[in-house]
Amino acid sequence: MSESATIHVLINQVPYELPTHATLADAVQRVGITPPFAAAVNMQFVPKTQYANHVLQTNDQIELIAPITGG
Amino acid sequence: MSMESPMPTSSPLTLYGETFTSRLLLGTSRYPSPSVLLAAIERAKPAMLTASLRRQTGAGGEASQSFWNLLREAKVPVLPNTAGCHSMQEAITTAEMAREVFNTDWIKLELIGDDYTLQPDTLNLPEAASRLIKAGFKVLPYCTEDLVLCQRLVDVGCQAVMPWAAPIGTGKGPVNPTALRTLRERLPVPLIVDAGLGLPSHACQVMEWGYDAVLLNTAVALAQDPVAMAGAFADAVQAGHNAFLAGAMQAQDTAQPSTPVLGTPFWHHA
Repeated sequence: MSESATIHVLINQVPYELPTHATLADAVQRVGITPPFAAAVNMQFVPKTQYANHVLQTNDQIELIAPITGG
Repeated sequence: MSMESPMPTSSPLTLYGETFTSRLLLGTSRYPSPSVLLAAIERAKPAMLTASLRRQTGAGGEASQSFWNLLREAKVPVLPNTAGCHSMQEAITTAEMAREVFNTDWIKLELIGDDYTLQPDTLNLPEAASRLIKAGFKVLPYCTEDLVLCQRLVDVGCQAVMPWAAPIGTGKGPVNPTALRTLRERLPVPLIVDAGLGLPSHACQVMEWGYDAVLLNTAVALAQDPVAMAGAFADAVQAGHNAFLAGAMQAQDTAQPSTPVLGTPFWHHA
């Protein structure tokens, strides 16, 4: 069985196509979000130090969130 | 001169071993502009500022950057919240993300159980708080004024709890004074009234009851002059706390003349 060359993920609920074996670092770079922000994949927090090691799977749901005002 | 007294003594607000000079915690949302927010912060000199996390892209990213810079300029400790979280996993993940972004272990735990009233999910709140405390967070849980719920939160390790006075953003003031006062009498941990205050007199009232601090946002942000209202709330919180320390008189049903009766002129002339 041949492996697909791309995976499909959702970043903040927007569909993206990334290369197979893309990492969370690749996803962050694709979106171009500026720090400070934090990331979660499939509702699990991923520390910044793990972005480059966290290989994404197709259908992963990535959240990238940044500071805003709050009560 | 020594004087024996059961009166509480003045001491700074202490939460999880950290002391704060102010007893007012201020939200950062819904202000007319960032400059008004900053001026309100400077006027109120709050102990902490609440903040949140949201998806940011495009122009939203610029707003986030601007807010981030404002927080750094304000130099007030940040209390991130988990606003909008409906499940334990959402709240825990949001708290973990907040810890990294804001570089703080403080978390205002909001676990919403009802979208209409924004009432906290009281059944799952203790478990969520327990997990966060085990993960090293200093949890300030937004909760109802239910005594047993608040006791359970203390049992799982919360060193302070934050009952609402009324639903978030309503400005009604304490809708259940009896329960809030009972809670104060029964629970020997710092209590912070969070949500539902609309007037400085509301804040003063709960501080007179012995609450340790108040957290508010909308009452300041939506005032016609938020900066002046921030100052009014700061003064009211301090006045209420001072009154609590001073010890109020007992209210009575019958009139008691404050001027001495003895020696009243013209008495019994007729």
